[in-house]
This record gives sequence, C-alpha cells and structure tokens, in this order.
Amino acid sequence: MCQHGPGAQASGFFIGGESLIGRDGLRVRFDKLGIVIALLAAYGALWSSFATLKPNRIVQGKAGSMLDSLPAWAGWALIGVLVVAIAAALFRASPWIKLIAAVAALAALTLSIGYAATFLTPAGNTYARVSPASGFWILLFAFALLAADAITRLDPPPGMRVLFLLLAAVAIGALLMSGSWNGLSIMKEYSGRADVFWVEAGKHVELALGSLFAAVLVGLPLGILCHRVAPLRDGVLNTLNLVQTIPSIALFGVLIAPLGWIATNVPGAAAIGIRGIGVAPAFVALFLYSLLPVVANTVVGLAGVPRAANDAARGIGMTGRQRLFKIEFPLALPVILTAIRIVLVQNIGMATIAALIGGGGFGVFVFQGIGQTAMDLVLLGAVPTVVLAFASAVVLDALIEMNSLVPNGARSA
Amino acid sequence: MRAWAPTILRGLLLVVLIAFLLSPGSFEPLLKPLVQQNAPAIYNQGSLLSLALLHLRTVFIATLAATIIAVLLAILVTRPFGTEFLALSRSLVNIGQTFPPVAVLALAVPAVGFGEKPTLIALFLYGLLPIFENTLTALTNLPRSVIEAARGAGMTNFQRLMQIELPLSLPVIVAGIRLSVVISLATATIGSTVAAKTLGEVIIAGLQSNNLAFVLQGGLIVGALAVLIYDGLSAIEGMLARRTGSA
Amino acid sequence: MIEIDAISKRYDGVPVVDNVSMVIEPRTVTVVVGTSGSGKTTLIRMINRLVEASEGAIRLDGEDNRSIPGYELRRRIGYAIQGHGLFPHRTVAQNIATVPGLLGWKKARIDAKVEELLTLFQLEPKTFGPRYPHELSGGQQQRVGVARALAAEPNVLLMDEPFGALDPIIRAKAQEDLLAIQKHFGTTIVLVTHDMNEAFHLADKIAVMDKGGVVQYGPPAELVRSPATPFVETLIGDAERPFRLLSIAKTGAAAEPGDADGAPISEDRSQQEALADLIWSGRDALPVISKNGVPMGRVTLDAILKRAARPR
Repeated sequence: MCQHGPGAQASGFFIGGESLIGRDGLRVRFDKLGIVIALLAAYGALWSSFATLKPNRIVQGKAGSMLDSLPAWAGWALIGVLVVAIAAALFRASPWIKLIAAVAALAALTLSIGYAATFLTPAGNTYARVSPASGFWILLFAFALLAADAITRLDPPPGMRVLFLLLAAVAIGALLMSGSWNGLSIMKEYSGRADVFWVEAGKHVELALGSLFAAVLVGLPLGILCHRVAPLRDGVLNTLNLVQTIPSIALFGVLIAPLGWIATNVPGAAAIGIRGIGVAPAFVALFLYSLLPVVANTVVGLAGVPRAANDAARGIGMTGRQRLFKIEFPLALPVILTAIRIVLVQNIGMATIAALIGGGGFGVFVFQGIGQTAMDLVLLGAVPTVVLAFASAVVLDALIEMNSLVPNGARSA
Repeated sequence: MRAWAPTILRGLLLVVLIAFLLSPGSFEPLLKPLVQQNAPAIYNQGSLLSLALLHLRTVFIATLAATIIAVLLAILVTRPFGTEFLALSRSLVNIGQTFPPVAVLALAVPAVGFGEKPTLIALFLYGLLPIFENTLTALTNLPRSVIEAARGAGMTNFQRLMQIELPLSLPVIVAGIRLSVVISLATATIGSTVAAKTLGEVIIAGLQSNNLAFVLQGGLIVGALAVLIYDGLSAIEGMLARRTGSA
Repeated sequence: MIEIDAISKRYDGVPVVDNVSMVIEPRTVTVVVGTSGSGKTTLIRMINRLVEASEGAIRLDGEDNRSIPGYELRRRIGYAIQGHGLFPHRTVAQNIATVPGLLGWKKARIDAKVEELLTLFQLEPKTFGPRYPHELSGGQQQRVGVARALAAEPNVLLMDEPFGALDPIIRAKAQEDLLAIQKHFGTTIVLVTHDMNEAFHLADKIAVMDKGGVVQYGPPAELVRSPATPFVETLIGDAERPFRLLSIAKTGAAAEPGDADGAPISEDRSQQEALADLIWSGRDALPVISKNGVPMGRVTLDAILKRAARPR
C-alpha cells in the first residue's frame, strides 16, 4: 500500500508507460473499421466466387474465383491492388489515403469484372452470360464502406461532395462508354433494349420530378394557409397522413377508376394524357404521397421562425406579404428543402411501382425481370433507380447545407 | 366531447375491420357497384383473414428482427469500443434510406429466390433504418447529468445501459418501430410480386383482372391495419414518454 | 480520511490537475474553489474515479482507491451534482434506493432508509416517494439528489456545485440543511463551488485551485488573513475581507461580561450578523444569550470591529 519510495514510483511509471504504449500503440496501428473491411474483403475474395458464367440468361450458372475468371496476370494484379487497399484500410492513415485506396480498389474491381466477362464468354457464343457473383458484390460493398468512411471523416463542404459525385458520374460514364463492360450480362440486357431503357428512364424522371413539382406548387400555398389558419391545420395534416398509410400499389390501382371516368366523360381530358391506366394514376398517386412532407415541413418551418424576427419585421413596418417573402420564407427554406429531399428520394423509389399499372419507369425492367426470373434484367431496373435516388440525395443534402450556412442577411442583400 | 371522437372513430374502424375480415360476404352489396356484372366483388381466391394474418406475421417477424439488430447495433456504436463506427453508421443510415424498398426487394430475389424470404429480407433491411436512427439519436442525446449520476452511483457500464440508458431511450425507440411498421405494412404488399403471401395478392389480382373492388379492399385493409397499429404504438410511446417526464 | 498524494491528470499531455497533494480530515467539510477550468471538478472526480488519475494516488482511510473496481468504489462514496441528475423514469423513492439496490440490500432495509431520508429532508414519504422527478420543484429535486447520494450511508460525500441551479433563497436553505445533515451523519464532505460566499459559509477548510494546482489549503480565516497568492486575494475580494472574517466567527467568541439593552442575539450567530444587528438598531452593544437562552454577557461594536481588522 505504501507507495512513497522511489522504487514504487519507478514501477508506477513503468506500468503507466507500458499501458500507454500498449493502448496507444494498438490505436495507432490498427483501425477497427479496417479490420471489418479486411475480414469482409477476405471473405469476398477467398470464400466467395467472383463471376458467374451461365449458358443462357435464365439458367443457373457456374461461379468461379478471381483467378478462374481472369487471365493469370489480371487476376494477380487485381489481388495485388486489393491487398494494398486492405493494408491502407487496416492501418491508421489519413482519410485521403484511404479514399484513394478505396477508389483504386473499386476501379480495379469494376474494370476486372468487365474483363472477366470478355475472358469467360466463349468466342462467338451470344447466349452465354457472365454476371458478377457474390464475391464481387461483397468486395464492392467493403470498399464502398471504406470510401464512405473516408468521406465521412473528411467531412467535405457541400460543394466538394457534389464534385465527388460528378467525378464518380464521369468515371462510371467513361467506364460504360469505353465498352469494357459490354460483355457483362447487365449490359447485354441493356443493349437489347437501349431505346426502351432511355424512354423508361425519361418516364421515371418525369414521374418523380413532375409529381414533386406539382406537390410543391400545391403544397407550399397549402402549408402557408395551414400555418396562418390554425383550425385548418389538423384536418389537412391528418387527411394527408391517412393517405400515407394506403399502400402505393393500392392507391395506384384505386385511382385507375376515377381517372378512367374523367378520361371518357370530361371533354379534352383524354387529349392532355389523362387515362385510367398508365402515367396519370401513378402521377396522381405520387403527388398525393408527396403532399404530406411538403405541407407538414412548410408548417413546421414557418412555425420555427423566431417570434422576435417576426416582431421586428412588423415593427419596421413590413406588410404581411413582405414578411412572408423576406423573413418567414427564407428562414423556413432549409426545412422546406428537407421535405423536397424526402419527397424526391421517395418518389424515385416509388415510381418503380408505376410499372405495375402501365405507368412505365425503371420498374418495367424490375417486374419483367422478376417475371422472367432474369436477375440481370432486375438489376438493369434496380441499379439506375438506386443511383438516381442516391445522387439526388447527395445533391439536395448539399443544397440544404448551403442554404442553412448562408447567413440570412447575406441572402437578402 | 371532441376529445373522445378520435377514440370512437378508431374503435369503429377496428370493429368494421374485424367484421370485414371475418365475414367479407356481408359487405358485398357495398362493393358490388364497383365491378362489372358477374365479376366477384369480394376476393375469392383465398381467405382475406388468413392473408391479413400472414401479412401481419411477415411484418411482425421482419420488424422484430430489425428491432433486435438495430438496437444492438446502435448500442454497439455508442459504446467506447464502437465509437469509431459512429460517424460511419450515421452516413450509412443516410445512404441506406435512398435505397427504394422495391429495389431492395428485387435485389433480394437473386440471393434467396421467390416467396416470403425476399420480402422478409427487404422489410428487415428497410425496417432497420428508422429504428437504428432513432435508437442512435436517443442514446446520444441522453441528459449528461443523468448519465453522470448513474456512473457516480456506482453502476457498471452494463447496469447503466440496462437501467438508465435503454429505459430512457424507449419512447424514441418505439417511435422508430412505429415508423418502421407503417413502412413495412405498405411494402409487404409489393412482396406479392415475388410470390409472398400477403394482402398484396388481393390488390395485384384486382389490377390483373381490372377489378376495382379487389384493389380497394386490399388497400383499405392494409391502410386500416396501418392506422390502428400506428395509433396503438403512438399511445404506448406517449405513455412511456409521460413516465419519463419528457412529454 | 482522504489522502491525495501527488495526483495529476493530463489530457493529451496537457495537465488539468497538476501534482496536487492534500489530506482531508474525516467528518469535515472541505470546499474546493477556483475559476472554471481550474481543475476543481476533475480533482474530486478522481476521488471516486469518474476520472482516472494519470499519476499519483488517492487513499481513503489508508486504502488505495484503485484496489477495488471503480463502480464498487463509487457505491461507497456519495456523489451529488449540479442539476441533480435524477433518473427521470424512476420515482423519488426508486431514485433514492439506487445505490442500496446496487449493493443488494434487503427490501425492508431499503424502504426504511428511503423513508428516513425523505423525512430528514422534510419531504413527506407517502406524498413524495411515489412521485416522478419532473413533478417536483427545483429545490425538492435537489434535496432528493442529495438524499440519493446519502442513501448507502457513505463515509464520504462528493458534491459538484450541488446548489448551482437554485435561486438564492432555496440555496441558503439547502446549505443549512447540508450542514445539519453533515452533523447528523458525520459525513466527510468534499464540495466544489465557485461561489465564495458558499465556500465561507460551509467550509471547515478551503482549497483554492488555480491552473490545475492547489495554491492554498487551509481554514477560511487563514485564507483571509494570509492569502498565499494574489489570485487568492482577488478571489476573496478586497472589499469583502473584513466581512468574510466576521462571517466565519461566532458571536459567542466575541462576548464579554457586561450588560446591554434591547433584543439579544444568540451565541451561535455569526459575528457578521451581530455587526449587522448593531448597525441596524443603532446600538453600541448587544446582549448575548446561549443557545438555551441563558444570558452570556454582551458583544460590543468596538470588539467586533477589532476582530474585523487586518490581523497583525
């Protein structure tokens, strides 16, 4: 118990020193997420297969490892890149290094899978299909995780995030244009339907953006009205809440009847595109779903405007309209933009369901693929949907952040 | 008088829902005007009650699994051991929410085949996010003085978690479960496109045979279930929040 | 007895508490004062190991506080903080029962203890026991916070600005209660505050902290008489010095034989109060009575003023 002697103090130092080295040493050397990524990558590389070769598009195929799927030099080169990237993930290093390692690994993976397709497809065989197997997806996930972690740690300003997104888009675009993926099954599905793909893509964006636009056009004034006329608020919000509980396919379906009736009975309605099935009910349904977030956030945003700001505006003699446009609206903007982000992401996802009632969109490929058990066709619909939703989320998040960063004085000046 | 109206309406909704599920035939006259002659007005390719129960079962299993995993993950990333994952897990939740449920459902099919399994996976993955996000928010926003007091009283980390942190987070966790359940109830209908036995069958059958009555009854049953479950969980949440003095 | 032996705490090499040694006598009230960032909170949190020391040792009754796990140590030491930190999802009774529960006391013993403490803190057990913290006033919450800290009958009670959130009237009452409780249980109290009036009112000994070190540690009178550094002088305040001296001495100590007219003053009131009474009533002397009302002589304005003068 007595620890006054110099010996005891020395031993105290020794213990302290060792634990310092031991604990900090571990912290300096290894990154916990790096360990997770390394384990995932090892599982993806060693115990799962990299690419699957199928005799035709719907039968089960034969899966092979990286070295089976690629010529020896390419296989080893890929493994080399992955090992270096894993090392970068494993050790504590600057997020930039990790980001570069992750991007390098992702690039190597995407190039290799395209090359594997060319390598595996027997010459002249147009039926055989090569698609990525589970190992590829696991590796892709592992390094996307590393990239996400690096970007999270870098905490880039909104403009930089959009720049990252643009760079990624350019890289993916270049990859697709270069034709190095043309041997892959998903691209074969695409090349057979290139025209339809872009038509459906157009419809998808039209549905998602158009319904958002309509919802903002109606929802903003409605939100302002609800803010000013308190008795209206609960009724409107509760009704819109109820709409949200109806499953999307049911709402799409239910709208077929009234719209069909309008098309046949209202002169001119059919001419402007209103029909019982097709785009119209999907558009109306997405519009109805979008109203709640827009109206609710407008109300919340306006209610959140500080009393003092409003009082001051009144005090210097602003009219009701001036107050709305110069004070309340700019202050509520970030909250309203958040609603637009929610709605846009939600609509891009839900627009896939429009395909069930003939509304078009990427859902066409998803449901066709499910019907034909052609999973590459499902991917052709699902991947662009996810990419679109992700990109809009990044852009709108950046927009929201910019708008909450700009001081209000600077904006009105 | 007015305060009672919503409760009475909910009670009425529950009664009508149960009556419809037990004896759909007696509602036939109401739905008859919606269909062409000779077409059935009440779903006739299976029992609505059993479909509703299967629908609920699917949602229940998926939500239960999602709750367990989401809460465990949120606990993990808020412990000293897992702090390195905290920022990343926040971004992952953000990214995850951009994945449309249909895409998750469709992408699950290649992995596990058709039927209930892909639906369970999609509901599970999509249900994780709101619960994880809410649990994380609750656990990271607990009043500092309370946590300090718990440490100062000599609770072990585990005791603090079980006796203080989780009970205090419960209302917010339940709110996450509520969001998750409502999303899952609607998303489960889409599961029927990959051959899961849910109320989506009724709606899809209606869409295929151009039978508005089918679409309507399928949609309304799901809607009614969602409203009732939403309200029930809101009530539990309010009760828990009142106890902790945060409401 | 708490022996603090060359204790230091560094965060990333920056010392927050730097080589502090002091001995705290049992059954006394020690108040640690200092500006914010002086390390006073860190110092008391090292006693119950809410903060682990970088160097040095702390012994409680001769036993190193690292000889048992931190949580077991904390169950034996009371801890009360600013803003009370009551568990909002537990009733008042459950809050007070926290540490006894952790220690595995029998239910009957816990119930008896809760009732005893609630009564002691003038909270009717039947009324207040089943209430939730948010149903209490600020002063009541604070009392429950202290009651909870005392529930397992700790020898040592650490308090971190326990009255910081209270308004002046409730705060004065809480301070009186604390002194009474301290006498009742004989607890060793270490209290952190930045309020010098509070420090002088409560302390047997004051430790002044500045930039991580204890610059002076001694009875309140000593701090006034011979401040160790200019910082201590500033902290006490030039204009306050005479009154601080009077505030810590009892009227009985200044009593002398003789008579005086008018209302008497009790021997256990402070000399500052006697001075105030003298000035306010315009008298030169007050009769002094003992606690039981027996006349003890008088106290004069002159005598008080002499006691307030700078010691030679």
